[in-house]
Amino acid sequence: MSEPRQRSRFWGSEASNGLALISPTALYAILLLAAPLAATLIYSVLTDGYLTVIPHFQLCNYVGECHSQLADGTQDPATYLGAWSDPIAQTLLLRSLIVSTLVTAATVLLAYPVAYFVSFNVDSSRKSLWLFLITIPFWTSYVIRVFMWNVMLSRTGVINSALQGLHIISDPLQMSFTIQAMIVTLAHSYAPFAILPIYVALEKIDRSLLEAGQDLGETRFTTFLRVTLPLSMTGVIASVLIVFIPTIGDYVTPNLIGGGKIPMIANMIEKQMLKADNRPLGSAIAVSAMLAVGIVSMAFLYLNRRYLKGTPK
Amino acid sequence: MKIVPFKLPALKIYTIAYLIFLYCPIVILPLFAFNNSAAVAFPLQGFTTQWFQNIWVDPQLWTALENSLVVAIWTSVLSVIFAIFAARASTRYRFPGQAPLLGLIMLPMVLPDMIMAMALLVVLLAIGVPLSKFTIILGDVLICTPFAMAILTSAFQSLDRSLEEAAYDLGEGPISTFYLVILPLVMPGIISALLICFTISIDEFIVANFLGSGQPLLSTFIYGQLRFPKYVPNIMALGTVLVGVSVALLALAEFFRRRGLARTGAKDTGGFL
Repeated sequence: MSEPRQRSRFWGSEASNGLALISPTALYAILLLAAPLAATLIYSVLTDGYLTVIPHFQLCNYVGECHSQLADGTQDPATYLGAWSDPIAQTLLLRSLIVSTLVTAATVLLAYPVAYFVSFNVDSSRKSLWLFLITIPFWTSYVIRVFMWNVMLSRTGVINSALQGLHIISDPLQMSFTIQAMIVTLAHSYAPFAILPIYVALEKIDRSLLEAGQDLGETRFTTFLRVTLPLSMTGVIASVLIVFIPTIGDYVTPNLIGGGKIPMIANMIEKQMLKADNRPLGSAIAVSAMLAVGIVSMAFLYLNRRYLKGTPK
Repeated sequence: MKIVPFKLPALKIYTIAYLIFLYCPIVILPLFAFNNSAAVAFPLQGFTTQWFQNIWVDPQLWTALENSLVVAIWTSVLSVIFAIFAARASTRYRFPGQAPLLGLIMLPMVLPDMIMAMALLVVLLAIGVPLSKFTIILGDVLICTPFAMAILTSAFQSLDRSLEEAAYDLGEGPISTFYLVILPLVMPGIISALLICFTISIDEFIVANFLGSGQPLLSTFIYGQLRFPKYVPNIMALGTVLVGVSVALLALAEFFRRRGLARTGAKDTGGFL
């Protein structure tokens, strides 16, 4: 990578050209993404005022009891609990984490064999066709896709009416408005995000390594465990993160599939930010959710590193 | 590939079963879009085009569609322009701060839309920017740029550097080289990125719901209708139309992507992402 040097050392250099070229995009991301995220972090330690935010530092949006400030500048006698002290916020965050973890586990475990099949068992000329088939259902309206699961799972829905019509069941099964229904829906929504990174990682594996493994007396299964799986872990990690992190903030599924009866953390963020108009508390919940996701992701990455270290290459 | 570790028929059967699971919600859409019953349940009640007629004459839908198109066109054009800059910079140059800047640009791919939309909303309200289609575009561009980046990075990566050097040797400047040599070669990537961004933007609900002024977009219109059971068959019909349109757009995107690969002489390595 050598760029003909012109003019002074910096201007026209590789570094300045690169920075100049990326600057419009980078500025946009800094102004509209980094700055708002930073603002959320700052808001979470400020005081809630009447329809406004007062720049008075406090940590009670996270821990303990908090007072809002009224329009006349006095303290509202009513208190609210911080994000980590409020049992409702705790429950919702825990529920969101559990649902996200289950969705991630289900999605990635179910996706791995599919990615494996496309990468190892499909003739290379037909791979893109298979990938195309896998991605097609996901380029159609997200809201409709989620709602279709409600249509299928509800009491009078497609599955129940079909099973009753076939006289397999007499009473409809209660499937909608359950956590299980939300998990199925989310596992469906995020399927391609799990398959594609694993597929890419599997594609990169040097096939001669597998032959070497078998020449050295490994069975197919031990070759998979000791060669293929460790080498594809980068893809597995990518898909775990790409499913786990966004799932925690899913808003449509709890509303359409949970029927609003099983709120998740995103619903609480919305409620505090908009309906209750308590932006510092809403921000604190949002920050807490990201923190929780971050910690779980870090723990996962750490465990994974230990697993790879303990595996002979 | 002489030795394949697992070539089990079970794996193929499993994959097909998984595809059935993936297609399940899409396949039953047209089934009930033409079903002559307000209830979405078996047994089917006979054929009707009533629901398609209903959506055709719904003025709200046309407004929503128009809004969505305006937002999606602006979003896809802006996202792809931003992505061209960033993808070209990251594939052609090495510069300080590259990893964190690219990380920030790609962050929306993993960041929950809800967190991003709320953070942006709070700042927009604090500055006093009125919510409108413009603010939806601002949010959608953030979400779409990483996807456009993913496509364009691979398009720029497969460029042969010597073509560019040849243009310099023949006396072209950096800008004319970009227009005359690089742009035509990555054009198929650009078109496929435009189509992907367009589709994502049409689909995006969270941003449209929270950063909009209450004027419906297609996704928020659909979401609003779903609260009323009597409108559900209409949405089945609308969904059927949307599935048809997206499949057509995707086939087009795939066509351009393959043509691009053929043009740069690269080997086809698979899907969009």
